[in-house]
Parts: sequence; C-alpha cells; structure tokens
Amino acid sequence: MEAPRVIAAVTRIVRDVGIAEDLAQDALVAALEKWPGSGVPDNPGAWLTATAKHRAVDLVRRRENYARKLEEVGRATEFAYEEVGVATDPDDIDDDLLRLVFMSCHPVLSAEARVALTLRLLGGLTTAEIARAVLAPEATVAQRIVRAKRTLATRNVAFEVPYGPDREARLGSVLEVIYLIFNEGYAATAGDDYLRPGLCEDALRLARVLQSLMPKEPEVHGLAALLELQCSRSAARTAPDGTPVLLRDQSRGRWNPMLIRRGFAALTRAEAVSSGPPGPYALQAAIAACHARAYTYADTNWRQIAALYALLAARAPSPVIELNRAVAVSMTQGPQAALAIVDALCDEPALRDYHLLPSVRGDLLERLGRVAEAREEFARAASLTRNARERQLLLARSSPSGGTSRRRPGDREE
Amino acid sequence: MPRYLTMVRIDENNAPAEGPSDELMQRMGALIEEMTKAGVLLDTAGLTPTSQGKRVRYEKGEITVTDGPFTESKEVIGGYAILQAKDEAEVLEWTKRFLKVHEDHWTVTSEVREIAEG
Repeated sequence: MEAPRVIAAVTRIVRDVGIAEDLAQDALVAALEKWPGSGVPDNPGAWLTATAKHRAVDLVRRRENYARKLEEVGRATEFAYEEVGVATDPDDIDDDLLRLVFMSCHPVLSAEARVALTLRLLGGLTTAEIARAVLAPEATVAQRIVRAKRTLATRNVAFEVPYGPDREARLGSVLEVIYLIFNEGYAATAGDDYLRPGLCEDALRLARVLQSLMPKEPEVHGLAALLELQCSRSAARTAPDGTPVLLRDQSRGRWNPMLIRRGFAALTRAEAVSSGPPGPYALQAAIAACHARAYTYADTNWRQIAALYALLAARAPSPVIELNRAVAVSMTQGPQAALAIVDALCDEPALRDYHLLPSVRGDLLERLGRVAEAREEFARAASLTRNARERQLLLARSSPSGGTSRRRPGDREE
Repeated sequence: MPRYLTMVRIDENNAPAEGPSDELMQRMGALIEEMTKAGVLLDTAGLTPTSQGKRVRYEKGEITVTDGPFTESKEVIGGYAILQAKDEAEVLEWTKRFLKVHEDHWTVTSEVREIAEG
C-alpha cells in the first residue's frame, strides 16, 4: 500500500500521473531485485519513494533537453527541482498524496474514470481487481484509466490542492467518488452478489486516509462516519444463503461494535470542526447513527430520522432523499402521509428506472390494504432491479401467495 | 479487506525493568501516526502488567478466579492492535515495522490473527 505515496511524490516532480505510476512500478521492480540480497530497508516506503524520485529527476532532466519537443506537447518546462534525499518528510508526502487525491477526482474526468483512477492510484487495486469490482471488462477499465491519465495531461490539470471558491466543489467531487465506490460495493447494482464488501472497505480506507489528510473538513469526517456505520452492519445484511436481510430483521448482535464506535467518533469530530450547520454526509451519518443507537428495531427513533431527512432534503434536495424521507414519515405519521410524498415523486425522471420507488410504494399500498396494487408495484420493482437476489425477493412479494418475508416501510436495507 | 488482531506478547520475567525508553515511545508514536494516516490502524492499546490482572476460569461447571501475575506463562499479552489491510502480506509488513521500533535488547512476539467475520 506504499504505492499511492510513491506515485504522489513522483507526480510532484513529473506532473503526470501516468509517468509517475510507471516510475513507481520501476522502483518496485528495482526493490524486488535488490532487497533479496541487501535485505528489506527499515522503511521500505521511503526507499521506494526516494528511488522513484531519483528516476523522476533524471527523466525531467532528460526531458528538459528536449524542451522543443516538450513545447509541441504543450507542457510547461519549469520543473521544480529539489534535493531528493532518502529521508522523505512524511508531511511533504501527505501534501503530495492530497494533491493526487484531488487530481484523480478531478471534474474534467467522467465519474467512471474518476472511480477507476482513484481505485488504481490511491486504492492500490490492479486493473483486473477494478474490473471485477465495477463489473466491466478488464480491457474497458484499462482503456478508461489510460484515457483518464491522458485527459489529465492534455488538459494540464494542476497538481495542487484547491483553495478558495473552487475548493468546496472540488472536495465535493472527491467525497462523491469515494461514496460511489462504497455504494458500488454496498448495494451491488447488478450481478448475483448482494454485497461486494471488498469495495466498501476500499472506500472506507480511502475515507480514513482522507480524515488524516484533511482533519479540518467536517464533511470528510461526516463521510467517514457514514461509511464506518454502514460497514458495521455488513455481517448482518446477508443470510447464510446470500439473501438480503432487511434492517428490521437483522441480528443487531452481529453489528460490529468497533466500527459503530469509530462511526460515532468520526461524527463527533465532524461536529467539532464544523462552524455551520451539518453537511449532507454528516446528516446521513447522523441518520445511520440513529439506527446504530437502537438496541432493537422497535427502539428506532423514527421521529428523529424523519427530522434529519427533512434537514437533508432542504440541504441537498434529491428524489432519492425524498423517497427515504417518505419511509421515515410512514413510521411516524403512517402510510397515507408517506404515500402522498411518494406519489409526488412518480413523475421524477431521475427515479423512472429506480426499483426502490415501486418497492417503497408497494410497501405503503400493502399497509393500506390495497394488496392488488401493491403486487403490481412489486412486480415492477422486480423488473427494474439489476440485483438477482433482490429480484427474487420482490417477485415473491408480487405473487398472490405472498412473499415469505413480510416487509413494511422502513424495511429498506439501511 | 480483512481485519486482524495483533497480540503483542512479551516475557514479563525478562522484559527490560526500566520499561520502554522515551525514544522507543517516540518512534512508536510516529509509527502509530503513520499507520493511522494509511487507514490501517483501527485500534491499539497497551495493557497493564499481569500482576494487576485476574484470570477467571470455567471448568466442569465451576468458576475459579486467580490473581496475577501469570508466572506460568512464558509470554503474556502486553498490548494489542486491530489492523485492516489489503492482505496478510501488508499486515506482516506493518507488524515487522512495529517490532523494529524496539531496541535490540527487547524480545517481542507479535501474534497476527485474522478476525473471523461475516
């Protein structure tokens, strides 16, 4: 896992993540040749970084001899020289790592490219691992990464941490990439695996690293808190046969207390460094914390959850959040009030193919005794979900014999 | 990404009487910081000596409580860490670095065990 730090340190010198990654790779090969004879150095990361940096400086010097050629490619020729010693200041590397984070998540790249590049450069995943994780052919992912690197180079994306008015939007992009990676693992949108926990944990690790790199950003802690709390439930979210277990049916003794504790701690930190009202990630973490605090499903404080969703809807309005708010409202004010919110969402283009809309609507109709309509909704939801396990569950509920698991609102896999 | 419990075992009878040096604690602090920054270290702590500990044993339906120190054990747990890493190789790498923080006159064993989950 030293790779991201090495790549970051080298990018500072060569200003090109593609070249930096190659040089980091070269350093690793050199290490594998050298270490069996000389023994592994005390701090392998520092050795790798120094080696890669030396190569980078050599490369830059060679490059400057080709200044004319460089100009054709449209690159700047002033490279910051620095004394490259073996003793690498960890704080410098932290800064470089943060620059690399902002570069990998740069808005000039598509969301897919940001995810792939972040997993590759910062998560230390191989192309094959990423391909498996995002359910795309390896060649596609490899191409995606190559193109992303090229885009960063040709668009002259600066290797810097943004400050000023730009910062919030750019940080938003970074957090969103990590959240996307997490979600890809949390509710695998397709395939037969209900959970691809590997990705969740890659995202969680990235969030934890980010907490150290940006300790003063409340939303970074908010995101980390949200992911810690969501991960705390992963052991309870699937039955031994792989079928999803809904929040209400989960055995809470299988929730991971250490991760819950870490989630609370991160949420507290988010509040401590925050000067304004909580941001969207902190609010979502606060909702997850409400569930974590309830010893049993019956203890869930739905009133507080509904209030938090109302804040979230005001802060970051989105149809999905509105749908979740409806579920909380159904628990405090009953299914009729919730149905009004859901029906208002039925024409939302963003939710047109979102299986949870008919699924939630089916729940509410069922509770109101409108069984036939409910079944239609479940059938529709089953046709929309790309997750095989979930489809089985919904199909069972759409048949007249009824499903084995009686769901009620609030039964989303939180 | 698996999680591991690392139990740090020391021989209380032969551990340096003066305890860990200031330099050791400083190096340890720096490493802990680095491991936290790398998103690897989830929890860690040292334990008080076994002379302050108790053993509660359950056998044939009977409970017996024994006061420390646990002199019959060659090595006792002196601390623990919970790590989450890509694979065993990464955990072993961090563990080696943790051990190397100690001066040469220390004998320390880190028992690395994957936490069974799911």
